[in-house]
Amino acid sequence: MAEKDAGQHIGYRYDVNLVPDPAKMTPFLKRYIALMGWNDLNWLEDVHMGFEEGKPAVFDRNINGWVTVPENIKLPEDQQSRDMIARELLVKFQMSRRHPLVDLKKAHGKLQT
Amino acid sequence: MANALKTDAGESAKTERLAGRSQQIFFLPEEEENFLYPEAAEVDFEKKATFDAAEMNAREINRKIRALMAEGAGSIRMENPGAKHSVAVGILNRLKLEIAGSLGYFGCGLSDGPVITVTGRVGWSCAENMMSGVVVVEKNAGSTFGAAIRGGDLVCRGDVGGRTGICMKGGTVIVGGRAGAFSAFMMQRGRMVILGDAGINLGDSMYDGTIYVGGKIASLGVDAVPADMTETDIGWLSAKLALYGMEAPNGLENLTKIVAGKQLWNYDSLEPSEKKLVL
Repeated sequence: MAEKDAGQHIGYRYDVNLVPDPAKMTPFLKRYIALMGWNDLNWLEDVHMGFEEGKPAVFDRNINGWVTVPENIKLPEDQQSRDMIARELLVKFQMSRRHPLVDLKKAHGKLQT
Repeated sequence: MANALKTDAGESAKTERLAGRSQQIFFLPEEEENFLYPEAAEVDFEKKATFDAAEMNAREINRKIRALMAEGAGSIRMENPGAKHSVAVGILNRLKLEIAGSLGYFGCGLSDGPVITVTGRVGWSCAENMMSGVVVVEKNAGSTFGAAIRGGDLVCRGDVGGRTGICMKGGTVIVGGRAGAFSAFMMQRGRMVILGDAGINLGDSMYDGTIYVGGKIASLGVDAVPADMTETDIGWLSAKLALYGMEAPNGLENLTKIVAGKQLWNYDSLEPSEKKLVL
């Protein structure tokens, strides 16, 4: 009854305010940060492992959707380590030529760099 | 028919559920180790370039930066920016850019990756919609500093105007001095650190995110409430401020932490009916 009165609450799929533990950073992320010239995780501080359709997934802001982690990828138990895996997978996905933005840009891009 | 809407095409569409709309895109474990966007310019931080922007307009300046990146320059110095508007925008690349002077409105906006230093001041909406990277402003900044940023670090060593970090959806905004009224207005995610005083209505209508204030807070906005500092907060702040050589005036443990009271998290169950009345 109280929920009916209060309305609908759409919860997060992870703790958005969890700050990362740099000690859990993967070698891939260390190389990425060094290449970009940053000193910490930068935008990846806001990336966490959530879930979609009951499966582990990462939200990709560039496609405004969740990207699911295949079942054959073994994930650690603790959230900090899972988040680091999520960040690594997301960087690889976003930088891939298979990313949906590549086709989208071909179809609709107005500005040529 | 209570849950049905009439579309322009005359078709009726039932109210959609929020769950179960996944496109089910999967990561590929064998994905190559790419660190840059497919069409990013390959630049070398050791390859330096300098240009004078005094006689150029904003479009020419932005094209010049792209041309230098295409030639492989990874460290670019822009001289005489002349407080022009919309300069150094839309850089989706790794790059070290030094702007020797001040910028006008919307400087360094829409960036995704670069590390930018502005030695002077910036006007309204500096680094708006930044996705990633670092922007450091050595002097003061105008209003709506970091509007709607989604990621990266945005630093102003001086004072900033009103509505700093309005609608920010991620990332970190650090202010060395004072922040104007309605800072962190409608903040949704991310972290804001104000080492000086904060103006009235701080964090008004914030949905989530965290604000840390080192000085006095003139007043809190709707649904912005104080919270306890934790060891995790102090550890993160210590590391982040050290990156930019900044310190809290009275020590990190004495910062005031502000979060969302989460009273705005519920949709009013009467809202659909109200919309029908209006429409």
